Amino acid sequence: MFADYSTTELMSIFAMQGFAGLSLFSVFVLMAMGLAIIFGQMGVINMAHGEFMILGAYTTYLTANLFENYLPGLFAGYFFVAMLLAFLFSAALGAFVEWAMVRHLYRRPLDTLLATWGLSLIMQQAYRSIFGAREVGVELPQWMMGAFQVTDLVQIPINGLFVMIIALSIALAVYLLMFRSGWGRKVRAVVQNRPMAEAVGINTAGVDRATFALGCGIAGVAGSAFTMIGSTGPSSGQAYIVDTFLVVVFGGAQSLIGTIVSAFTISQSQSTMEFFLSGSMAKVLTLLTVVIILMLRPEGLMALKVRR
Amino acid sequence: MNKDQFLLAVEGLTVSFDGFKAVDDLSFYLDPKEIRVIIGPNGAGKTTVLDLICGKTRATSGSIRFRGKELTKMKEHQIVHAGVGRKFQNPSVFEDLTVFENLEVSYPEGHTVMGSLAFKRDTAVMEAVEEVAGTIFLKDLLDQPAGLLSHGQKQWLEIGMLLIQKPDLLMLDEPVAGMSVAERRQTAELLRVITRDHTVLVIEHDMQFVGDIADRVTVMHQGKVLSEGSIEHVKNDPKVIEVYLGH
Amino acid sequence: MKNSSPVKWLVSREGLYYLALAVLLVLVLPALLDSFRLNMVGKYLTYAFVAVGLVMCWGKAGILSLGQGVFFGLGGYCMAMFLKLEASTPEATAQQSTPGIPDFMDWNQVTELPWFWEPFHSFSFTLLAVIAVPMILAFIIGVAMFKRRVGGVYFAIITQAIASILTILIIGQQGYTGGVNGITDLQTLLGWNIRTDEAKTTLYFVCVAMLFLCLFVARYVQNSKFGRILVAMRDQENRVRFSGYDVASFKVFIFCLAAAFAGIGGALFTLQVGFMSPSFVGIVPSIEMVVFCALGGRYSLLGGVYGALLVNAAKSGFSESFPELWPYAMGALFIGVVLAFPNGLAGLYQRYVMPLEDRLFKRGKSGDAGNDDAALSGSLGAEKSS
Repeated sequence: MFADYSTTELMSIFAMQGFAGLSLFSVFVLMAMGLAIIFGQMGVINMAHGEFMILGAYTTYLTANLFENYLPGLFAGYFFVAMLLAFLFSAALGAFVEWAMVRHLYRRPLDTLLATWGLSLIMQQAYRSIFGAREVGVELPQWMMGAFQVTDLVQIPINGLFVMIIALSIALAVYLLMFRSGWGRKVRAVVQNRPMAEAVGINTAGVDRATFALGCGIAGVAGSAFTMIGSTGPSSGQAYIVDTFLVVVFGGAQSLIGTIVSAFTISQSQSTMEFFLSGSMAKVLTLLTVVIILMLRPEGLMALKVRR
Repeated sequence: MNKDQFLLAVEGLTVSFDGFKAVDDLSFYLDPKEIRVIIGPNGAGKTTVLDLICGKTRATSGSIRFRGKELTKMKEHQIVHAGVGRKFQNPSVFEDLTVFENLEVSYPEGHTVMGSLAFKRDTAVMEAVEEVAGTIFLKDLLDQPAGLLSHGQKQWLEIGMLLIQKPDLLMLDEPVAGMSVAERRQTAELLRVITRDHTVLVIEHDMQFVGDIADRVTVMHQGKVLSEGSIEHVKNDPKVIEVYLGH
Repeated sequence: MKNSSPVKWLVSREGLYYLALAVLLVLVLPALLDSFRLNMVGKYLTYAFVAVGLVMCWGKAGILSLGQGVFFGLGGYCMAMFLKLEASTPEATAQQSTPGIPDFMDWNQVTELPWFWEPFHSFSFTLLAVIAVPMILAFIIGVAMFKRRVGGVYFAIITQAIASILTILIIGQQGYTGGVNGITDLQTLLGWNIRTDEAKTTLYFVCVAMLFLCLFVARYVQNSKFGRILVAMRDQENRVRFSGYDVASFKVFIFCLAAAFAGIGGALFTLQVGFMSPSFVGIVPSIEMVVFCALGGRYSLLGGVYGALLVNAAKSGFSESFPELWPYAMGALFIGVVLAFPNGLAGLYQRYVMPLEDRLFKRGKSGDAGNDDAALSGSLGAEKSS
């Protein structure tokens, strides 16, 4: 399949597809960070994660419209306000869901999966009722449009670059929070030994709620960033949920670095193959490879060997 | 001397978890019908040794020979069929099944998929279950779901589940932990019955209990054998007194 | 344990529940419903096969598969391929550029029947494939996962990914699979027109008969020592392993059994509905199949049947009058069944209706009632929710 292309063309193809892959990579990382916290730290499968992300996307859409109509002068900066609001809304809803539903199911992970799936159906239909079934897009501020021309054949869109920077910043923030802060230590203490954590005075119920809310909040920010590179529909979140779970599991559920490495590997192989095969076959091959590797190495790419 | 005259020969056994050697170049030998007790401070690697013998944990290096067969390469269920039974520290019985069904599941027949589909509850099974139930003081509770038993009764049931397998080697991890004084006495009695015709490897902390049942005692410390011999011998071993009894 | 004859079993409590279901499906529904509605019930019943498989796999053994649609779809596609080939005779497809191949292949510039379609000219091969293809895939997945002790949520996610992969593959390979529309226009089975009302009614009864066959197989497995080992495994997998069982092969077997049931259901679906498409294969239909089983009661074989009937009837009812409300109802069903009554309808029945029955028939204290109840707890789901 390479025979029809010259070497320079091939290089450019890889570079362009590589960058297209990077925007998929950003989406994976953004979604996976929230999941990695909730699934990796709490062992809870949140099938409604994609819908929390879409909540952030719709928040951004509304904020953009609000700025356009009432504060056109500040439009260039609406995105940062939107991101904050997206985080707050998603986190608040997450805290509520944890209180109403998830906390009753901590010892039944499979049931959590089903219950959060139910939640995702409800949220999707709510979006459909409120925003309509059609996808909506946001107006990008001027500074985010355009592209860097790297060579004659390779150009990099600014919005894609921006989203990738956000994705990596969030990953860094999550890392600092979980592994370098006192709060992260508490979360990990609760994960490893709940009764003991309680005994040393950690409010485990509070930690659970905050962790879940944080994961959902990050999903909201992810959704906000998502609007920069794609349009938003009621079921856009569901489209990514299984892929993202694979990303997290493939990386080794409790390893953030693993998650990023696996997001990179999966997105790159998919987008590179996409150029040579049809999109659907590229996806089939990528997912199939991941599934087969997971069957051979169920602990994921990076995992600790511990006595069980 | 031929090594295979021992029932169990553990030699140079080592396992490391991410560089930490939980069991380090351990060797010991069990004679047929011997009652051996392993003691040692917390974290000495006692439970890990049982895990290694029954296949729950894989050895990094070393060998475990049981009646001349190498166990380190075998799967858990094959090790059971070779004649090694293992009781866990926390009683693990099937709470949704009755006492009868718990023992029946452990009965050494119908262990393959097809075998279990074709399994018939015949008189041989009934008799074996009743006999073991008598030994473990649960004869009157056969129809009771195991989830309703007391902690001590669950421990006995699990021992019964091993007995019905007719193993050559029984491994018991802290069989009297969490038991009342009366239950403890009954368990000691139960063990004396069992030890008449089984080889038994026990982990225990209760020194009184150890003195009651042990032929020989192996003291472990930091994954190695610290001392081995009669209870009197190890009690008077200065190394043992320093790391264990002295505290 | 009890040497009871089939007749004695039928008048036992458990037997009466099976009898009641048989009366409902064989006498009551055909008498009450016109052939259009009866055909719809027949369609719902094909999902009951999946639900019965899930009761064995998820309820009894604790293995949650979110990919049952894959097996349902494979069974359905096997049957659809046979019917499509029967419909694509060179005479019937004479106006195509390549006569004798299915129409969608012709539209997609495929000029030769792909090799994997060839064996589906044979009806006996097709019947075998309906069961064997899902079982072989389940066997491969099962061996790969269970031998490596992958279970729980990981297994659920992997099976979900497989459902996703198969859907994308079917949609992507239009020329070989019919793509997103699926395999349509299926008219005859061995020359017998399956689109007439009489044929649909006959197929309904075939479906009921097959369902009972599967129920009895499941019941046999559940009441054998195998069934007790499954329950034991769900509680204390390690204890089962150290009692000398190769846990993985038991899981593989039950997963394959559930896949075979789903495959049979899928084939009967194709026959009764006249087409098969990827919309019955993917993530969404697969997880909905789990809720049929959850609503009926995840430990109860009969509960699974009623769950499949009720959820699907509700779905049709909603879609006819308030289509936009259905996702809310479905979502609430998922949440409610998990939070409020994890043992499903069977659990509720056992708790509230069975005591009434006891009082009505003044039984339960004497005679062989104890034995009966033990058997019942298997059929109806009297298991504690742990």
